[in-house]
Amino acid sequence: MSTRTSAGPDRTVPYDDLLTRYEPVLGLEVHVELGTATKMFCGCATGFGAEPNTQTCPVCLGLPGALPVVNRTAVESAIRIGLALNCGIAEWCRFARKNYFYPDMPKNFQTSQYDEPIAVDGWLDVEVPPREGVDEEPFTYRVEIERAHMEEDTGKSTHVGGSTGRIHGASHSLVDYNRAGIPLIEIVTKPLTGAGERAPEVARAYVGALRDLLRALDVSDVKMEQGSLRCDANVSLMPTGAERFGTRTETKNVNSLRSVERAVRYEMTRHAAVLDAGESILQETRHWHEDTGITTSGRPKSDADDYRYFPEPDLVPVAPTREDVERLRATLPENPAERRRRLQEEWGYSDLEMRDVVNAGAVEVIEATVAVGASPAAARKWWMGELARRAKTAGEDGSAVGLLDLGVTPAHVAELDDLVTSGRLNDSMARQTLDGVLAGEGSPTEVADARGLELVQDDGALQAAVDEVLAENPDVVEKIRGGKVQAVGALIGQVMKKMRGQADAGRARQLILDTLGVQG
Amino acid sequence: MSDPTTHAASGAGAADADLTRLTAVEMADRLAAGALTSVELTQAHLDRIERIDPTLNAFLLVDAEGALATAREVDAARAAGEQLPRLAGVPVAVKDIACTQGLTTTAGSRMLEDFVPPYDATVVARIRQARMPILGKTNMDEFAMGSSTEHSAFGPTRNPWDLDRIPGGSGGGSSAAVAAYLAPLAIGSDTGGSIRQPAAVTGTVGTKPTYGAVSRYGIIALASSLDQIGPCARTVADAALLHEVIAGHDPMDSTSVDAPVPDVVGAAGTTDLSGLRVGVVREISGSDQGFQPGVQARFDEALDALRDLGAEITEVSCPHFAYAMAAYYLILPSEASSNLARYDAMRYGRRVTPDGSPSAEQVMGASRDAGFGDEVKRRIILGTYALSSGYYDAYYGQAQKVRTLIARDFEAAFEQVDVLVSPTAPTTAFRIGDKTEDPMAMYLNDIATIPANLAGVPGMSVPSGTADEDGLPAGLQILAPAMQDQRLYAVGAALEARLRERQGGYVIEQAPEIEVRA
Amino acid sequence: MSNLSREDVAHVAMLARIQLEDAELDRLAAQLDQIVDWVGQVGEVASADVPPMSHPMPLANVTRPDEVRDSLTVEQALANAPQAQDDRFAVPRILDEE
Repeated sequence: MSTRTSAGPDRTVPYDDLLTRYEPVLGLEVHVELGTATKMFCGCATGFGAEPNTQTCPVCLGLPGALPVVNRTAVESAIRIGLALNCGIAEWCRFARKNYFYPDMPKNFQTSQYDEPIAVDGWLDVEVPPREGVDEEPFTYRVEIERAHMEEDTGKSTHVGGSTGRIHGASHSLVDYNRAGIPLIEIVTKPLTGAGERAPEVARAYVGALRDLLRALDVSDVKMEQGSLRCDANVSLMPTGAERFGTRTETKNVNSLRSVERAVRYEMTRHAAVLDAGESILQETRHWHEDTGITTSGRPKSDADDYRYFPEPDLVPVAPTREDVERLRATLPENPAERRRRLQEEWGYSDLEMRDVVNAGAVEVIEATVAVGASPAAARKWWMGELARRAKTAGEDGSAVGLLDLGVTPAHVAELDDLVTSGRLNDSMARQTLDGVLAGEGSPTEVADARGLELVQDDGALQAAVDEVLAENPDVVEKIRGGKVQAVGALIGQVMKKMRGQADAGRARQLILDTLGVQG
Repeated sequence: MSDPTTHAASGAGAADADLTRLTAVEMADRLAAGALTSVELTQAHLDRIERIDPTLNAFLLVDAEGALATAREVDAARAAGEQLPRLAGVPVAVKDIACTQGLTTTAGSRMLEDFVPPYDATVVARIRQARMPILGKTNMDEFAMGSSTEHSAFGPTRNPWDLDRIPGGSGGGSSAAVAAYLAPLAIGSDTGGSIRQPAAVTGTVGTKPTYGAVSRYGIIALASSLDQIGPCARTVADAALLHEVIAGHDPMDSTSVDAPVPDVVGAAGTTDLSGLRVGVVREISGSDQGFQPGVQARFDEALDALRDLGAEITEVSCPHFAYAMAAYYLILPSEASSNLARYDAMRYGRRVTPDGSPSAEQVMGASRDAGFGDEVKRRIILGTYALSSGYYDAYYGQAQKVRTLIARDFEAAFEQVDVLVSPTAPTTAFRIGDKTEDPMAMYLNDIATIPANLAGVPGMSVPSGTADEDGLPAGLQILAPAMQDQRLYAVGAALEARLRERQGGYVIEQAPEIEVRA
Repeated sequence: MSNLSREDVAHVAMLARIQLEDAELDRLAAQLDQIVDWVGQVGEVASADVPPMSHPMPLANVTRPDEVRDSLTVEQALANAPQAQDDRFAVPRILDEE
């Protein structure tokens, strides 16, 4: 078999330009690794990051004589995914063998489903965010789902002897079969048409929506960077107004939401350049390179793609009863998009606020914080403000961490907010308290107690400070008396300074105005 | 050798009352009575293997140490008064298709000549639970593809009746070992007749249970939807005891049937077949169908014996059996081509590295070319072709439909009769080398046994006598509806007893003593 | 008439990853042509309304609970490997994609 690599960068045409002549058609294939405790067909554990070849057995190593037995939970997860995607669930379906040779596939066939998938014909509505300065409103696109089926993952190869672990130039490869046999659900869309210039954004929004849905179903950890959610993007262009789809390419290795959008966009510009030159697109696999933002040629479709599917004779059919399906339907969580709409209404956030919360992945923490007593506004203020800021640099070497990995719980946040609203802490003290919580010194109350953080509640000291400041600033006093009440701000700062921050700024303002006999 | 009714099988020329000549039932009884130790019994078999097997080549591996260790444990347990399973201490041979933890398992292939499984097949685990010493692993056609054991990468096994003839296949090692008293019992596997046809041509008993009755876990797969494991023995009652040990549901095999094991041991005590309806399948018997006259003559006599026993004999037709061979030689190679894909010399198996700096693909190609014999390559290529794009419907798909029709033929037949019978194989044992250059002629040996595998129904071969023209044994095949395995044992045991009366002993007792070759 | 040409056999052998030598290819091609012709007789059977049978037993829904069982040790897993390195199976360089 020949190996093709592009000699140099491919030609592309400007994105906006191609849209005047071509319509994109997308097809997205998403592979989800299920979060089951064991593999699809054997009892080996599935934990990520185990020592090489410590989670293997005769079945997933493809040893002579070994036989598969289906993981019940994996089938249930597949059905739940199908239901959540509004699919019909097969009353009877089988596994099939997809035959091809590859060293990371122990049996040299993948046990998959072929013409009898467990779930067919569904849809998922995805919301594509408005473009800044272009759209007022997000737009909704219905992604039609062709099928979702069950299969198994392959092992992992490390290439030795070449440069940077790539296949080219490698002298040999080392294979770890821990991943081999982990349950996968492959979700395939029907051709996505009519998205026009928004096609790359639709692709991204779809994968994002799917990720949220799978997370809500609690069937997978959906970590694109660890490969538990993987997307292959099929892209083709057809001349505007044409009825037949163009030749497509399948771009693999698209490992983030942003890459999905970029890879689709890139392939569209590359296809257009080829078609503009009167050439035809080679049906092939393309590989996305995150660093350079381009795709390179992989393997052309060939005779070797004769997979010789046939029903897996070592397994018996899966035939979920209507009762099984209804029982599983009852376990479905609220659709994430609907849930978001409901929460936005309950919390009273603006569209922009809600979108920021969603994009920051803070819906769940805010919900949890509200649940333990904080107001929605306060929860948002803390998580999207101070805590989001700290999360950006809280990792090792100043890297970013997730909000949940900060070490602050929703209960901490609610407690901290309570300390502020009850008047015990001001904002600056609250930040110091947070420092202590993050340092593991205990709950906010414990930290505040230990650090002696408490606003001075005694008006006597505060009044003395106010009097001093008024005496030192006769000109400002004059202005305030003259009606410029906003000038009081300058005096509050000085009062707080004299109080070394241990005072409530609101109370200081009140005392200043009272002393001057002015209405606030 | 005084009493042929208790000593099964004291073969012609045997002057000594050798322990190896006992039936498994007798061995078990004597062990239980304390009249015999398992070490004595096991050692007697090991001694005979050492003397005879260099001539026969029935064993690919003999595990004297392991067998004696088990024997000693059994003897100690019995001495301590422990309650033991019926066959505890009775040795057994295992076809080299079953994985044995720590014991090389080759499936008769060069590809696996050094493969040591890290696990036991379920059948092997059950044998260990039954505390039966495992004498060793028996020879077979490579990956069970063949009907003569000539396709073993480790040389053919010889038929104890005539050393220049084949012992049947693919399980010729197991049948020869049992026929030559190297083991009282053996495990076989039957995909298209690999237990029954060797039993027929060696004068022994072999059962292919209902598909799914015995776990396939750990059995090196040939064709998953056809493979079934079963017992090889010298008597029907012995076969029943081993059947009982290995049968039963196994959660490690998705195709294992979760149902009680039929009472095969009880059925093996049957002496009267009054009212039993027996069907002779027109399509798989008769000289006009190519069955050797001596084989057919013994079959016809056996029908008389069945009538004597009270059975009603009728002829039934299974019209689609005519297409069974063709369907089988599409389904088997198709499944085998996929099952054998794993032998690529990446994780295990013999790796052949061509000169230069070959890729994984090239190493796979060279290793598979060097590691597989001709018959395996023929069937892999045939199966790959039958599944390939553009041919699936005409070949594999159509064969699966024919399979349905064959199953329907069985259903219709079993509405009329309780069991079906036929000669097991069309001829007695042929000469080594006679058919190796003509694959098609070799395939035709399985004409009578294949339909049962396609439909999943159980079948047994019992000896019917020896053919007049060559003095070699022939077998009668009994077929029963799925999950009615006990009927095989009832008919087999009653017939065996009646023929023994008529012929003056078990058929195996007519076998000549083996002349050890240097 | 030939059902299966020498080229067909070479192609199928490639799909099956068997690197046949020329003499082998000649021999097997002749035999396989005959065998394919013979098995082709399944096509003579009228079967328009007949469902295919992929399995002799009408079982369904055989599953196991999602409970972890012991895996092999890494030593056991690698014991039969033609070559191993760093607790992994060492295989020759893989052509194909990158």
